[in-house]
Amino acid sequence: MKIPEAVKTKVEAAIPLDRQVQGAHLYDKGRRWLTGTNGKKMFVERPIPPVEDVALADIDLSNPFLYRQGLWASYFERLRNEAPVHYQPNSPFGPFWSVTRHADIIAVDKNHEVFSAEPFIIIGEPPRFMDIAMFIAMDPPKHDVRRRAVQGVVAPKNLREMEGLIRERVRDVLDNLPVNEPFDWVSTVSIELTARMLATLLDFPFEERHKLVEWSDLATSMEQANGGPSDNDELFRGMVGMARGLSALWHDKAARLAAGEEPGFDLITMLQSDESTKDLIKRPMEFAGNLILLIVGGNDTTRNSMSGGVLALNQFPDQFEKLKANPELIPNMVSEIIRWQTPLAYMRRVAKTDTVLNGQFIRKGDKVVMWYASGNRDETVFERPDELIIDRRNARNHIAFGFGVHRCMGNRLAELQLRILWEELLPRFERIDVVGEPEYVQSNFVRGISKLMVELTPKRAG
Amino acid sequence: MAVVTFMSYDGDEHEAPLEEGSSLMQVATNNAIPGIDADCGGEAACGPCHVIVDPAWADKVGRSGPEEEEMLSMNPDRQPTSRLSCQVKASESWDGLTVQLPESQW
Repeated sequence: MKIPEAVKTKVEAAIPLDRQVQGAHLYDKGRRWLTGTNGKKMFVERPIPPVEDVALADIDLSNPFLYRQGLWASYFERLRNEAPVHYQPNSPFGPFWSVTRHADIIAVDKNHEVFSAEPFIIIGEPPRFMDIAMFIAMDPPKHDVRRRAVQGVVAPKNLREMEGLIRERVRDVLDNLPVNEPFDWVSTVSIELTARMLATLLDFPFEERHKLVEWSDLATSMEQANGGPSDNDELFRGMVGMARGLSALWHDKAARLAAGEEPGFDLITMLQSDESTKDLIKRPMEFAGNLILLIVGGNDTTRNSMSGGVLALNQFPDQFEKLKANPELIPNMVSEIIRWQTPLAYMRRVAKTDTVLNGQFIRKGDKVVMWYASGNRDETVFERPDELIIDRRNARNHIAFGFGVHRCMGNRLAELQLRILWEELLPRFERIDVVGEPEYVQSNFVRGISKLMVELTPKRAG
Repeated sequence: MAVVTFMSYDGDEHEAPLEEGSSLMQVATNNAIPGIDADCGGEAACGPCHVIVDPAWADKVGRSGPEEEEMLSMNPDRQPTSRLSCQVKASESWDGLTVQLPESQW
């Protein structure tokens, strides 16, 4: 049965968000019980064969262990060369097309008339009722209205107001790092800095900032969505916490503003002072969608670029020497790190009409996955694409932010955070050595580093 | 030689020779004009090559098309004569053209 949009909106508005999530959890439990899938993991890790041992038609880029097992680059390279628009009919997420060349990806990303971002931008789909509407998965004109309401928080003008605060918080973290002994860079630096940033953007209680990270990690690790390791019971319990936390944040902010507190530069203030969004809390699903998108969008991406940069400069130590000799290369290096890491592997579209892409006939309704991680290693655009080259002439042509109307709206904030991090690291540390094998996230979407042991050598005083 | 002036938000002027048939974005990047980035390489698919054409020149240079509008319409610094410079084909008959850069590129 199709429920009319207006009725759905009204019902959603009348029921508090946390209750709705609890209802969804019950539904999901019922579904798992009925289908006999309760407690079964969709994905169990097995060694993936080298790409040359696999028939072209059997290549399945949706395997959530390709990145962890370090085979992704060879799989992408083969598809770019032999089948740049490739069809996989039998993946655990159903059939989908893979687009792996830089130029083809731009062509798809630009063309929202033919390639729709609805209803989801991941290969699979989230559990039912967790499919919250986010504008990253909407087409114009609906997308434009929603995006306009929130993008001001990461607009360059707002960022200038925040730069001092970001730098102060980065310094505080770096000044307290252990030296000459191993520690985990991911949890101590990358996660800590992005959590602080998110708390700043949302004016979320600073001492509870770890919650934002937990919620974001849960939201991006759903197995049905992208092959992540999440347990649905844990997921739904986390989401109930998130619904309560975000609603409380809204009401608390409204009360503080009403009591005469100076309005800040944060997202909630921005939403509450705009005519079209001042009652957003009465549209709980839209409210949740906007906030989750911001939290997720600003979490994994910057975190993994912060970790990826350290890893890359260890793999290419001559580049670290070049950087120390030429700190003015930092802005270009930031683009190059984002290209090299490509923290989100892809975005998914659905063809709205029959169409032809680079010689392949794509039918209306087919899923089309744009593999940014492959476009960023396209040897026809980037020379020696697997190397980090911090003064690469065309580093800015990387595709990690996407192109077209869905281009990452936080791109300037991401660049700013990474630039400040490296500007503050260089004068403090002589060496940043990776001292253990990195650990990687299970996902076909997030190219995440979950653990990176490092040892810092401080610069000698004087 | 025909010359275009790129004026920064703070009023700094940078001149560059107008090359017939090149885009204004190419003119800017070939001459290392600060404040013009061409992330998508000229596909009207990013936005940081945004310029605001001197209104006196707007009819000659032309207005933004629907493809540019998709990127421009969401830009908070957008002005009536805003263009994505990658979509503006330069003409040697435009000697003396001035375009302003927005406060920030996004």
